[in-house]
Amino acid sequence: MNNPHHLNPTSLKSRFTTRFLRALTKIRAQKPISSSSPTEIFRRYRRIKVAADKSMAYSVRSRRIWSRAMLWKLRSRSYRRQDPCSGRRSGKTNQAIMKKSSNENTTTRREDGVGFVEEADELRQLVPGGETMNLCNLLDETAHYIKCLTTQVQEMKKIADFYSF
Amino acid sequence: MSGASNKITDDELNALILRLGTLLPQLNHGRHGRVASSSTTKILKETCSYIRRLQKEVDDLSERLSQCLDSMDITSSDAEFLTNLLQQ
Repeated sequence: MNNPHHLNPTSLKSRFTTRFLRALTKIRAQKPISSSSPTEIFRRYRRIKVAADKSMAYSVRSRRIWSRAMLWKLRSRSYRRQDPCSGRRSGKTNQAIMKKSSNENTTTRREDGVGFVEEADELRQLVPGGETMNLCNLLDETAHYIKCLTTQVQEMKKIADFYSF
Repeated sequence: MSGASNKITDDELNALILRLGTLLPQLNHGRHGRVASSSTTKILKETCSYIRRLQKEVDDLSERLSQCLDSMDITSSDAEFLTNLLQQ
């Protein structure tokens, strides 16, 4: 079965790990003098988490709706920090993502007769960009998202174990 | 507007749900992921809790990494060695 969205585990893993290690090095270099305050520790934890999600999204690039949605979210977040007037631009980009995902399969949420609308909506909240997806895309994106998440967790665990000794 | 080509068939839907089921550790009872007996609702519910669990693990690992960040001295040669090690 030739799946164009086939996950190559080796290269996805190495792309993620390389990016993530690079980001960790940068975060470590940014350490201020008062690095033991709880605010600093929290800030660092946030930065690491964002770096992890970002590294995975960049490793998938724009091949997936969820990765595009996550990249947009991460970019608009950093824009908003620098420029408070970027609200309008974010709205436009969101529309572009929505149009792109709904064009691919125009079936709407026609869950007539099948009783899992609630569960599907819950899933939409968890998968990046899920709110814009129809059911078919949602299920497809979810499978890929789960695979990437497990890779992300595996690699982060290896790094944490490596530096815990 | 041709409705036929745009509608998801029940077969496609089932296939997608089944595939999700094979990814879930709880439902995968070993051999070949006998998820035929699990309802769609159950699979979706398990999927949601699995994703939540994974996202929480990312959180916890980020916290762990923030604590041992000090002991990380990643030189460029270390990074290469580490990347190779991690690829196993």
